[in-house]
Amino acid sequence: MAVASILVSETPLVLYTLRRADDALILGHRLSEWCGHAPMMEEDMALANMGLDLLGQARELYAYAAKVEGKDNDEDKFAYLRDVRQYRNLLLLEQPNGDFARTMVRQFFYAAFADLYWRAMMQSGDPTLAAIAAKSEKESAYHVRHSSEWMVRLGDGTEESHRRAQSAIDDLWAYTGEMFHLDEGERGLIDAGIAIDPAKLHAPWLKTVSGVVNEATLALPKSNWMQQGGRDGRHSEHLGHLLSELQSMPRTFPGATW
Amino acid sequence: MATPNMPLWEVFIRSRNGLAHKHVGSLHAADTTLALQAARDIYTRRGEGLSIWVVPSNAITASDPSEKGMMFEPAESKIYRHPTFYDVPDEVGHM
Repeated sequence: MAVASILVSETPLVLYTLRRADDALILGHRLSEWCGHAPMMEEDMALANMGLDLLGQARELYAYAAKVEGKDNDEDKFAYLRDVRQYRNLLLLEQPNGDFARTMVRQFFYAAFADLYWRAMMQSGDPTLAAIAAKSEKESAYHVRHSSEWMVRLGDGTEESHRRAQSAIDDLWAYTGEMFHLDEGERGLIDAGIAIDPAKLHAPWLKTVSGVVNEATLALPKSNWMQQGGRDGRHSEHLGHLLSELQSMPRTFPGATW
Repeated sequence: MATPNMPLWEVFIRSRNGLAHKHVGSLHAADTTLALQAARDIYTRRGEGLSIWVVPSNAITASDPSEKGMMFEPAESKIYRHPTFYDVPDEVGHM
């Protein structure tokens, strides 16, 4: 019999931490899906490495959310026993891997943001978040470099790789705005010096992204219409399928160990 | 993947305590930048390295295994070339 989902007391700081933890877990899980399937062994290792970086970030953030919440929850319960509507990750990160170009474009869009975000969060007045930021920034800096190099090679590679990379940019662009969105609960954390204002990261993010996209002979879409909902638990149809795989073991065999 | 676009590279790592770069293996990559990244991802995952070199495998000139008699056997009988007949003072440090 399946195990019921947990209840979470989403105070602003718990919610804030869970949103970042979910980002890292979901993107990390997507990267893990490449394991054994990447176009070449070297890239298989690179994708798994980045996935493990993100899983490590997720674990620390979940553990901190559990501590702040002060209930019976822990990192495993947050990951395995919340339903789709309780997940708070960005819609961008749950989008399917598609082909290698799509995975790299998704990685690049997010890493270019995450690197700026973690660097800014190193100044957080919350010592735990600041420490997680210091560790994560080094990891995301490498993710930016890795995905940027691939962006350039795919965009400026063959006709086929260019077409695939451009198609991924066109399809994923509408999910990038959510990274810079802010709700009222987060506003309070910014005023308290715990969180940072993501809107301030938009200009430097766009500069990085435009620079690489231009170098890659690709183009950013003109449209500024942006999709939202992930931060509030309104997800695309893809997340449920991801979670069913991620959660099937602990939901079916509660407390199983090996 | 032995395609023309994915040449072979030899990877050398200088470890935390090591003095010289040591050959650790090889990999395929399209160019120097990606070769260096792949080397980082494959060969330094457990904190092995502080510095990486990648060298195109075709830049290496290797000795011919069939000539190993001529190349290496003459040295085997000359034990006086091994510096084992005197003590090295500690102050000398690494040699």
